[in-house]
Amino acid sequence: MSRFAQHEPTLPLQGRVRGALAFPDQTRFLPAMISDAPVLQQTSEPAESAAPSRLARYARPMLGILLPLILALAWELVVWLGWSNGRLVPPPSRVFATITELARSGELVPHIAATLWRVGLGFAFGVIAGTVLGAISGYWSLARRLLDPTVQALRAIPSLAWVPLFILWLGIFETSKIALIAVGVFFPVYLGVMGAILSVDRKIVEVGRTFRLSGFAMIRRILLPAVLPAYVVSLRVGLGLGWMFVVAAELIGASEGLGYLLLDGQQLGKPAQILAAIVIFAILGKLTDWLIEVAAAPFLRWQDAFGRAKGA
Amino acid sequence: MLALDRVSKTYPNGVQALARFSAEIKQGEIVAIIGGSGCGKSTLLRAIAGLDSASAGTVTLDSEAIGSPHAKIGIIFQEPRLLPWLSVADNIGFGLADLPAAERREKVARALARVGLADKAQAWPRELSGGQAQRVAIARALVPQPEVLLLDEPFSALDAFTRRDLQDHLLDLWADTRPTLILVTHDVDEAVVLADRVLVMRPRPGRLFDQIEINLGRPRDRNSPLFENFKRSVLTSLDRSLDRNVPDRDATQGPGQAMWW
Repeated sequence: MSRFAQHEPTLPLQGRVRGALAFPDQTRFLPAMISDAPVLQQTSEPAESAAPSRLARYARPMLGILLPLILALAWELVVWLGWSNGRLVPPPSRVFATITELARSGELVPHIAATLWRVGLGFAFGVIAGTVLGAISGYWSLARRLLDPTVQALRAIPSLAWVPLFILWLGIFETSKIALIAVGVFFPVYLGVMGAILSVDRKIVEVGRTFRLSGFAMIRRILLPAVLPAYVVSLRVGLGLGWMFVVAAELIGASEGLGYLLLDGQQLGKPAQILAAIVIFAILGKLTDWLIEVAAAPFLRWQDAFGRAKGA
Repeated sequence: MLALDRVSKTYPNGVQALARFSAEIKQGEIVAIIGGSGCGKSTLLRAIAGLDSASAGTVTLDSEAIGSPHAKIGIIFQEPRLLPWLSVADNIGFGLADLPAAERREKVARALARVGLADKAQAWPRELSGGQAQRVAIARALVPQPEVLLLDEPFSALDAFTRRDLQDHLLDLWADTRPTLILVTHDVDEAVVLADRVLVMRPRPGRLFDQIEINLGRPRDRNSPLFENFKRSVLTSLDRSLDRNVPDRDATQGPGQAMWW
């Protein structure tokens, strides 16, 4: 018959049954009917499995440790058995001994503090600049057209190319190092913030408009929470680059810091000290990354990935 | 009263989506707008919501011109569009930010109970089923007590069973404060179940083709012969609206435009 026959109800039978029964209280009937399978919850994680998920939470990091642990033990064994003298690749025990030795002599803490201080300041400046400029470019298309090509061109320069210039401009001491780290942190944060703002779902923004949110309220109640997950990722990427550039900065000219320990180890032929510095870099890098993750977790609870196991 | 006076919309690319659409909708009336695809139903609704402005013509609510989103006009979209970072309760209370917290909490709690989701208050939107999420969206739109509630194919993404329940539920909620409902749909059954009046639109460009009063009491029995009669007349009208050989009611339209497609 008509072109619109397809739009007719497809369940004539159920309809008739229901009409005949004539449920007196529709609302009471509702919840039972609509407790259909949760469509949106694609990763169907049963809520009542708290105990297994807790086990999984502790077991999974253990799995990650397994491989390095086996390799370390194997190398330790190889040196202990005398198959290798371990001079160029010292066994874990000697690396560990070097770390404790450095700690006991009181050298280690100033080195770590110097590096942390540089990374912290450079990260802070890079994040502030990247966030502000990224937000402006993302929010305001005129600014994006003005600003973004220049920023992208600057990004194409390998950041280490700035080193000689920074040293000329800012001197050989802290300022040039912090500036270099800030440059490294800036780009991923800038790109992350701008990209996140540009990809905010127009449909969600429309919800804000129907509730007549003003510019500031729109930013606070819609844009900020929508952007946050991508922002956290860009902070973590930025921090990783910050750690990369602190090594570059300290290798170029420093009298203290973990990078100096690396250089010192190379020049004096102390591979254990180099490995010790590397291990400390790994620990600090992982730790600071974890701090960002933990700090952001309460705000990202609504996402699938994090904090799900806590039964939130 | 909501008055639409010769509302037209031409998009920047030259497509005329809506041509001289006029209608008057009484306070508390339920109007369904139905028509083939591309007939400008959604364009019209967005103009009433103030999300897009009309190229010509006016939308007035109680003699107040509507050009941007208005406190008295709420809208429910085809997708729930819940904010994923807010709990169900906070989503419902989203439009109540100006109220004191205690009052907001109370209203949200009442709305949650009213849509049968009191136990989901602290759930995240991703934990809801499609039907539940759309009920939250309905509650969110209704809780600021709009005078006009616009619905843009609100149930079209749901399965037939859930859809029927939400239709009944919507009527139930409507009876509380009796806002004006303007429902865009492509489902004849839905239009006849819900509406006092069905406006049939004709595509390219979108304009009013026909209107059919549904003189049926509520609740409506979907299987009564009368219901079937109304359905048939809406379907007939729809068929005619898509047939280019039927002369246009609106004399101001040239025949050339009607054959645009």
